[in-house]
Amino acid sequence: MNVLNLVKIAIKALLRNKSRAFLTMLGIIIGIASVIAMVSLGQSSTLSVREQLSGMGSNMIMVMPARQMRGGVNMGNSSAKSLDMKDLRALEQNTRYVAHVSPSVSTGAQLVFGSNNHPGQIQGVSPSYLDIRMYKLESGIMFTEEDVKTYNKVCVVGKTVVDNLFTNGENPIGQVVRFGSIPMKIIGVLESKGQNQMGQDQDDIVLAPYTTVQKRFMAITHFNMLFASATSEEESELAATEITYILRANHKIAEGEEDDFDIRTQEELLSTMSSVTQMLTMLLAAIASISLIVGGIGIMNIMYVTVTERTKEIGLRMAIGAQNRDIMLQFLSESVILSLIGGVIGIILGLILSYALSHILSWPYVVSQTAILVSFLVCAATGIFFGWYPAKKAANMDPIAALRYE
Amino acid sequence: MGNEILKITDLKRIFRVGNEDVHALNGVSFSVMEGEFVSIMGTSGSGKSTLLNILGCLDRPTSGDYCIDGVSVNTLSKRELSTMRNRKIGFVFQNYNLLARTTAIENVELPLMYNSEVSAKERRERAVEALKAVGLENRMQHLPNQLSGGQQQRVAIARALVNDPVILLADEATGNLDTRTSYEIMSLFQDLHDKGKTIAFVTHEPDIAVFTTRTIKLRDGNIIEDSLVETQSAAKALQEYKEFKI
Repeated sequence: MNVLNLVKIAIKALLRNKSRAFLTMLGIIIGIASVIAMVSLGQSSTLSVREQLSGMGSNMIMVMPARQMRGGVNMGNSSAKSLDMKDLRALEQNTRYVAHVSPSVSTGAQLVFGSNNHPGQIQGVSPSYLDIRMYKLESGIMFTEEDVKTYNKVCVVGKTVVDNLFTNGENPIGQVVRFGSIPMKIIGVLESKGQNQMGQDQDDIVLAPYTTVQKRFMAITHFNMLFASATSEEESELAATEITYILRANHKIAEGEEDDFDIRTQEELLSTMSSVTQMLTMLLAAIASISLIVGGIGIMNIMYVTVTERTKEIGLRMAIGAQNRDIMLQFLSESVILSLIGGVIGIILGLILSYALSHILSWPYVVSQTAILVSFLVCAATGIFFGWYPAKKAANMDPIAALRYE
Repeated sequence: MGNEILKITDLKRIFRVGNEDVHALNGVSFSVMEGEFVSIMGTSGSGKSTLLNILGCLDRPTSGDYCIDGVSVNTLSKRELSTMRNRKIGFVFQNYNLLARTTAIENVELPLMYNSEVSAKERRERAVEALKAVGLENRMQHLPNQLSGGQQQRVAIARALVNDPVILLADEATGNLDTRTSYEIMSLFQDLHDKGKTIAFVTHEPDIAVFTTRTIKLRDGNIIEDSLVETQSAAKALQEYKEFKI
């Protein structure tokens, strides 16, 4: 008996009991739909994390001084003064994979405008900082290298700062705010970026030329940190290596000694974050696949009922010449078709479900082809695995007894 | 005529029930020639069902030899027995055994489905041919529950004929039918016999056996009588029955 005939017979048999076939399928449908939805949601959450991190500049590299030990006391890493102008110049001139470099010095103080005030952090950076962190200006201009050279008292502020200081809807551009006792002129407002992955408000920011912050606010010559951007995301590791090499040379660190600075690429952060969400995805998929097993047992149960119910038919088929193999394949194809149809419906349902959920959560919608393929194969395997014993039972019947069965 | 279709020699079949051996067949021998219409008679427990199962290649004898169309069945594997049933034997059962919710033509096609040498086209043609032979060419697309008992049995006979078997084995084929329909079915069997079919007909009704050409009577697993019958015409019996009724 050829396969086409088998499939025809199986479909006909299933159609004879439509509601039963559907209820049996339901287990598989729910199982597959939840696996697809879970995997797909997990992947979109990974993607959304990636997108948010990329929003911070996915080829960003942070360089900070290594923590210092003084007499056995860990002083933390902000106390170190290892990064300075010389490092900045070297990184600006001698690198191939570094697109931009910006130092960062910051100090906190109360921002005052008229009767409003806001606790702020003023960050001294170079003009390229916007490119590195992927900030965009909403209005006004960024300060220039010229402002850096002249320690100009200008700044660019974020949305949160504007909202807190300019409560009457004044145009902040051109206004002078006091930062502690020092007046600063606002020349630009940044586009809103919202919260980052860690829940920090990225709009609560005041950027000023780093020289201004160094000389006028802090009276220091070193930097707290250096921000750099690699020429591309792929080259961020190369850029990091390059930075390490230059800084070690600059700091005269002998071979075998530890760096006096730490380098963090965004890629590392990304992979840590991704591994968390991936683990969650796996976990959810594992839980969802339990329902698939339950669905499979449902199929097995119904197939046993079907075989018993159709004992006479089996006897007749054997009497007119069906081989044991034919009977086995007939029932096996029934269970496989049952689970495959259930699988297809489940996949469609899962895709709809994940589309709806990602829409609600405003996550990017991901269709996981692997998940679809795997669940299709799992369906076929479920059909064979759980259909095997009932089919075997049918095939091993004694035709004489089966014909007499009432 | 002259070809030996069936030949059984000293056939024994012993069942073990609990601690006791039950001799269902106790050394039975006979042959059926091509074109014979044999009735196998006996009360229940006489061993006629066991004999039929063995003749139908559904069961194997404990000892003795059984040849069908020149092939010794004793040495065949399970798989070969299936093929034997598929190619050489046509079964007709008391309760028709048609597949429910399956049209008449599809029921008739069924044996050929298990014969990979027959194409779908040929299968359909032969099924139509078989249904014509039993006079149901107008009922091909009917489902079993849309057919009368007699019509259902005709479909079953068409199914038995479709693989052009060397022998038709009928097991109480008129047992579920009223007298009139029984006569109709027996008349159909006689037609088939006239066309050269070899038929073995198991029954316990003597007034059905009179339509056959030879009767083998069994009792307690032994043949007690094997005789030619003065064959009566079922068509004539049907005619008389109709007149009598009116």
